[in-house]
Amino acid sequence: MHHVVLERWSRGGSFLHARDPRVKILAALAILVAIATTPPQTAAPFAAYAILLIGASAASGLPVSGVLARAAVVLPFSATFAAISWVSGDPERAAALVLKSYLSATAALVLIGTTPMPKLLLGLEKLGAPRMIVLVALFLYRYLFIVSEQAQHMLQAAAARGGLFGKARPLRFRAAGGAVAVLFGHSYQRAVGIHRAMLSRGFEGRLMPASALALTVTDALFLGGALVLAFASRLSAGAGL
Amino acid sequence: MQPVVEVSGLRFRYDDGTAALQGVDFHLFPGETVALFGANGSGKTTFVLHLNGVLTGEGRVVVCGMPVTKENLTEIRRRVGIVFQEADEQLFMPTVLDDVSFGPLNLGIEPAAAVERAKSALGDVGMLHALDKAPYHLSAGEKRRVALAGVLAMNPEILILDEPTTSLDPPGRRDLARLLGRLPQAKIIVTHDAWLARRLAVRSVFFEGGRIMGDGATDELLKRFDWECDAAEAMPARLD
Repeated sequence: MHHVVLERWSRGGSFLHARDPRVKILAALAILVAIATTPPQTAAPFAAYAILLIGASAASGLPVSGVLARAAVVLPFSATFAAISWVSGDPERAAALVLKSYLSATAALVLIGTTPMPKLLLGLEKLGAPRMIVLVALFLYRYLFIVSEQAQHMLQAAAARGGLFGKARPLRFRAAGGAVAVLFGHSYQRAVGIHRAMLSRGFEGRLMPASALALTVTDALFLGGALVLAFASRLSAGAGL
Repeated sequence: MQPVVEVSGLRFRYDDGTAALQGVDFHLFPGETVALFGANGSGKTTFVLHLNGVLTGEGRVVVCGMPVTKENLTEIRRRVGIVFQEADEQLFMPTVLDDVSFGPLNLGIEPAAAVERAKSALGDVGMLHALDKAPYHLSAGEKRRVALAGVLAMNPEILILDEPTTSLDPPGRRDLARLLGRLPQAKIIVTHDAWLARRLAVRSVFFEGGRIMGDGATDELLKRFDWECDAAEAMPARLD
């Protein structure tokens, strides 16, 4: 599963892994802003971002090909919009759309691949992200695979009773609709159970961090370097938007 | 001796109108272990959720001398530890250590001390080696142990275990029974497992339709309510 692989990556011991999650989030944000504001007519900045991100992946010990392959998951979505731009006579914008979304996904993967999820969420909370959103992300991360496993079991059960392939479309839709409803019901029930378990262990609305974050001089230098690199890459395209 | 749990006339109705508890009287003494039996839906789990105020019905519930009221909830939840039937519902934090520290941190204990408590509880259940593991990487038996550690880390006086042997293989079941037998707390064990009840509980209580229909010696109760199914009995009669 994707998130199991990402979790394994995030437990590495490289220079980037050791940085405070807050400076990594800010650095990733700077790169994302730089990518988003780069004008589509220029190639140099995109090459610079790509070198930066591939370099960061390699230096952190992440499998570069694995990162690049996983980032491609955004392509079906961005390619749809790119196709519309292409058809309406703007191939340059179409290419930039695909490139920007792909590079942004790569940047996000480098961040997630070098920061364990609990630290990433703690970093987000310390940077002022709303607690409710952080909590939702935490639970989503923890339970997504349980729900997907349940979905997998339901598919297997359907297959064991003759499967759905080759059946008429209305029947397939009906079965899929039923499965989604059952999954929703299970998820709701589980949410009630989790809430009860949390209350039973003294939860009063706030998740207490077990470890504090501490910024070091190296973290500050890293953030400064990352901002300079992102800014320099962006400037190589000139100031136009 | 004063009971650590005293319940009288407890009634509870769910929002959908189901009358889950219809006048329950119960007591538990310090150090005692009581097994709760009864068919699915007979009210056992609903009953135990009243003992730490997760559910509140009509009637009187007193735990360690304190009535279960809003003002006493924090203290009562420290003293009453519930290990839920679905370990996945209890283990919601990303790592084992985070999860076991969750309770002590909620009690306001300093992070470093909370982590020490969590490690000590994990040591008690033999799971110290899994500190940094994600809960979904654990086996069913390991999850059960970590869930128990999460409750033990709060130093409870009363332990409530809801179907603790569900989905455990025979060695896992045996190990858990040994572990529970070593714990000094007063225990309420909600279970269908007659073997576990015999091993840990001298006294049992039988629930039916939201009422207690029997309260007495475990062996006597298991026979009276025909709550055992030995291998020979479980085999279908041959039709030929």
